Parts: sequence; structure tokens; C-alpha cells
Amino acid sequence: MRLIYFLALWLASVTVLASENYQFDSPEQEQAYREISSQLRCPKCQNQSIADSDAELSEDLRFIVYQKLKAGDSKQEILDYMQKRYGDFVLYDPPVSPKNYVLWFMPIIVFIIIIASLVKKVGRRELQPEDEVK
Amino acid sequence: MKAKKILIAILPLVVFAILVMVFKSSLNKDPRELETKLVGSPVPSFKLASVTNPEVILTNDDLPKEIFLLNVWGTWCVSCYAEHPYLMKFAKEVPIKWVGMNYKDAPKDAINYLNKYGDPFVYSISDVSGQMGIDLGVYGAPETFIVDANGMIRDRHVGVIDERVWNSVIIPKLKAIGWEQN
Repeated sequence: MRLIYFLALWLASVTVLASENYQFDSPEQEQAYREISSQLRCPKCQNQSIADSDAELSEDLRFIVYQKLKAGDSKQEILDYMQKRYGDFVLYDPPVSPKNYVLWFMPIIVFIIIIASLVKKVGRRELQPEDEVK
Repeated sequence: MKAKKILIAILPLVVFAILVMVFKSSLNKDPRELETKLVGSPVPSFKLASVTNPEVILTNDDLPKEIFLLNVWGTWCVSCYAEHPYLMKFAKEVPIKWVGMNYKDAPKDAINYLNKYGDPFVYSISDVSGQMGIDLGVYGAPETFIVDANGMIRDRHVGVIDERVWNSVIIPKLKAIGWEQN
């Protein structure tokens, strides 16, 4: 019974995702559409890409992606268009900026500190002869 | 040597304290509130009909040549109903112009709404297709943009403006850009 229930839910979700029927000029264009819409975050429902989201805003944004691809815009042009309007937030791969320096550089800094302190410790130990006696 | 040991012992505590401060500051932030890249840039160009006078086509030239508020609303937007009485009150009591932007709505519904609940706007721009909303980066109505005399967007507030938000957020932001309440 439970299985049937889940199956029904799954089927329902499949039909929702298939509700838009865009016609693409080429398989590459369709591929680009899928790529771009999964790299854009829905501003309304924050943990979904616009490809996953059923929000009306996502639907509109997907339509813009589709229109722009049809008009010959490149992937970067479309991402820039969205970023200009919705900020870095809309990109799942946001650019490196002072706001996220900590995320980018903290691991490297911590790594250097650990290596430096290890080198210092090990180096000191080697200089102490009593270690060898033991 | 002892001082160094104490320092190392204290270090985790210091790190913990910093983390607490970082997390504490995030606690008071609404994660749904997004930055806008539009601050400092002009209101995106538009050419759309007025809601109340559909034969009038509005463009950027029709925007007030003074500091004003651009409010994004829609009859489908539940929170807008909650905000509307406040807009009526502010429009009546405070000498600042409100321009409406009727986002993704049927003009007929919009007119009914204004007739029923009152019209606080000098005019409402009818964005039936939603393109202007996307150009403004609108993601959750109601949204209110603070625009200066040169048509530059200076700030944005997402969500209902009630008495509290008006006095603690909007008024200070207006004053910061040189608006004076007479």
C-alpha cells in the first residue's frame, strides 16, 4: 500500500516536471537549457534550482532562458543577465568576492598553519639527542 | 613557556567565541532577504500601460522628479492585502509619492482591487507579462524600491511595510538620502 502511495507521488512529480514542452533547435541547445536552468537558483524557493522549482517565478525564468537560447545568447550572457537582476545569490557557482574570501582562503591558511607548526615541532625533536637515546 | 601553554589553552575558547558572534549575527537576518544589484542603477526602462488609464502609456520619463517609493503589488499577492491599509495611511499622512507596479495581474482585477481598497498610488504601472518585475529582480511581492529624484534606485525592501517597518526602516533610509518630512 505504502509502495503504491510513493509510486503515485513519484509519478505526480514526474508529470509536473514535464509540464513545459519547449522545442529546441538542436540537442546541444536543449543540453545548454538543462545546464543553465540547473545552475540558476530560484530566488523564491531558495534551495531549489529553477529547473527543479515549480514556483511561478522559476517558470518565468526558465522561459527567459529558453527565449534567450533561441535568440542565440551564450550561456555566460544568460547567467550575467540573471546575476544583474537577482545578484550573486542566483548563481550556484558565485564568483570569488570579498564576501566569500573566508570560504575560499581559510582552508589554505589553516593548512599552512598546521604544516608550519608540524615542521617546527618535528624539526625541534630531531635536534634533541635524548630522543635517540630512548 | 607557561604563557604559551595558557595561550594554546585559551585558543579554542577564542575560536568558539568568534563562532558564536558570527552565528549570532546571522540569527537576526532573514535568509529570504536578498541583496539587489540594482542599488545605484536607474529604474529599468519600461513602456507599459497605466492600470487606471489603460490608454496612457507610461515610461521612465513619467516617474516623479523627486524621491519616491515604487511599490510592487498584485491582487494574487496575499501579503499585499495586509500591506494595503498601511499604504493608504502613509499616502495620506506622509508627503511622499507612491508609484505602483502591478505585477503579473489582470488589469481588470487590479482596477477592482483599487476601487475596493482605495488607491494610494499616483499611478500604477501595469506589468502583465512580468518582464519589468524580472528587470527589477522582484522575487516576492510586496517589494518597495526607494528611488531618488534622478530615477536612481537607492534601496529595496522586500515584504510588508507596516507601521514598525515604516518608522524603523523606510523613514531612516529616506532621510539618509536627503528626504525631508515637512
